[in-house]
Amino acid sequence: MSRLRAPDRNAWVSLAPALPVVLGYLPIGFAFGVLAAAAGISPFNSVLMSLIVFAGSAQLMAVGFITQGVGPWALIAATFIINLRHLLMSASLSPYMQKWRGAQVAAFSFELTDETFGVHSLRFEQGDVAPGSALRINLVCHLSWVVGSLLGVLAGGLIEDVRLFGLDYALPAMFIALLVMQIRGSLYLWVALGAGALSMLIWGVGLTRWNVILAAVIAAAVAAGVETCRKTRS
Amino acid sequence: MSQNTLLITILGMALVTYLPRFLPAWFLRDRALPPFFAAWLRYIPAAVLAALLAPSLLVEGGALNLAWNNLYLWAALPCIFIAIKWKSLFGTVLAGMLFVALARLLII
Repeated sequence: MSRLRAPDRNAWVSLAPALPVVLGYLPIGFAFGVLAAAAGISPFNSVLMSLIVFAGSAQLMAVGFITQGVGPWALIAATFIINLRHLLMSASLSPYMQKWRGAQVAAFSFELTDETFGVHSLRFEQGDVAPGSALRINLVCHLSWVVGSLLGVLAGGLIEDVRLFGLDYALPAMFIALLVMQIRGSLYLWVALGAGALSMLIWGVGLTRWNVILAAVIAAAVAAGVETCRKTRS
Repeated sequence: MSQNTLLITILGMALVTYLPRFLPAWFLRDRALPPFFAAWLRYIPAAVLAALLAPSLLVEGGALNLAWNNLYLWAALPCIFIAIKWKSLFGTVLAGMLFVALARLLII
């Protein structure tokens, strides 16, 4: 029997974690679209990139590379390196997906970005591990990225102003909040401070594509070592 | 690069982006992990977020900027305060955006 249902209020509430990401993705996606159009990338290819690559820093890097005339293989290799950090995020969320179906894991991974990772790492830890709402949140975030890109491509020649309303600060502010909520003890605070300092250090010596992954791997490993030592001693 | 070459390149970019996102989740999810590795994974979110955040707050226009005119850095202070006080993701985002917008309006 089919019947009309009022929109499920819970479905909307479950989408709330996507809101800060959407606020950040729309203007940045827009900026990507404008820059891609200016670099001579066709509207189809620009939107396709947002649809199937879905990685902000790699896409903006690609636009720069294409303007400079860098070849396909170098572009693919650089994309691989810059996006390798997602290995860590995927590994870190994996324990929560034990009961998910294979297709759900595959779909979720497709939309795993820095931002969606931040949101889900908090939700999953709070026990919110149902695949449905996680996939819906991802879909909304992805959609806002594609729509932002499309609008940017269409706006083309117009100059973007993502600085209006401080929208460019939506994602940094979200990362701050997510990081603060991750700090559940002194060791976590040291991990954060250590990873931040290491990231700057590695960036400072010129490894600007490796700083995130190297800093995170090292800082988390040191903390895990300290924790394991403490446990075996007590 | 022609648009057709670019199309193939984008497919390649999509593949090399997807594999690191997918493979760990796929292979690790139903495995019992050694305690050290499990602890490491627990610290990864804080480590990754801090490693991403530090350059986005401290680097401006490709150079380290710790001066008063680095708005991103100083806007982090009210954000940290509100995040600790209210534990609200959205409240922190709104406060950060408001702070940045007001500072630009009043100072610049």
